[in-house]
Amino acid sequence: MGSKVRIPTALRKFTGGQEFVEAKGSNIREIIDDIETKHPGIRAKICDNSGALRRFVNIYLDGDDIRFLSGLDTETPEGKEISIVPSIAGG
Amino acid sequence: MSDFGGFSDESIRRYGRQIILPEIGGKGQRRLLESKVLLVGAGGLGTPNALYLAAAGIGTIGIIDDDVVEISNLHRQVIHGTKDLGIPKVESARETMSDINPDVNIVIYKERITSENAMEIIREYDLVVDGCDSFATRYLVNDACVLLGKPDVYGSVFRFEGQVSLFVPGEGPCYRCIFPEPPPAGMVPSCQEAGVLGLLPGVVGLIQATEAVKRLLGIGTTLKNRLLLYDALAMDFRYVNTRRDVGCPVCGDNPEITELIDYEEFCDVHF
Repeated sequence: MGSKVRIPTALRKFTGGQEFVEAKGSNIREIIDDIETKHPGIRAKICDNSGALRRFVNIYLDGDDIRFLSGLDTETPEGKEISIVPSIAGG
Repeated sequence: MSDFGGFSDESIRRYGRQIILPEIGGKGQRRLLESKVLLVGAGGLGTPNALYLAAAGIGTIGIIDDDVVEISNLHRQVIHGTKDLGIPKVESARETMSDINPDVNIVIYKERITSENAMEIIREYDLVVDGCDSFATRYLVNDACVLLGKPDVYGSVFRFEGQVSLFVPGEGPCYRCIFPEPPPAGMVPSCQEAGVLGLLPGVVGLIQATEAVKRLLGIGTTLKNRLLLYDALAMDFRYVNTRRDVGCPVCGDNPEITELIDYEEFCDVHF
């Protein structure tokens, strides 16, 4: 199944400037794996060396933070939009 | 017209178009005139907040910033002008704000906000607008606001993207609930390194100012429990839901942080 994933500007250098990418996977972990296969290097910005979601990057499934769902194991039914939102600090 | 009681003719002329809004009225305008707001930062986000909150008639506005005006600031920090180069931003900001609205009591702090001074300063205000430019200061402002029970209007910008939310202790999440830890030093480039669209903090800062006024007046639906994501390139405004983390170290059920910590250390060596 496929999901539409919104890429923040800070990570668009990995996606050739694309705001959205399509990715396949039944949960967030598989979605990230698929994005990494198509856009190598992006996973290290989202997950740490142990594979856990970095604490300054959030992933939202239709507007809900996956930390409050099932984390990277959160299921991704088709048609839901996934957003990657990193912490930013400029003022 | 008894609702307008106590206003001078000039005040009625100055604020009239705001007073006639049923959601504000004379009572609301008086509340704004009696309110105290602290702006952390007199830069990109501080600029629209300072200009419009002064114009709106916030009675006391504090501004804390230790920078001086540089030419690289002027593409976005329009409260300062070319004539202000080299002078402290808080002084330049005060001059512009006083010209817009001499009713406002402007308190300037020509210093950095630190773990040593934050509690003492923030305690004096009803609400804080976070327009700073570093992760360390954002966590500091957040923690101080939580410890003091003060609303914190968060805003930040990067390249073409902005984020805004309203954190109210006891009523919703804080900054740490959304972003538990800062990125390792050097992993995320600053605006100085990565750039920022000059217009971006204007939009984001005005949304912060709008949220500040709504919170002070108790009107409308605020960004409490929501994070607004603005993408200027796509001209897209989206919201994601935020929620208080019961395990949050500062606002959770069993907080570990009960006084301010060393935020430079927290942000530099945490990873």
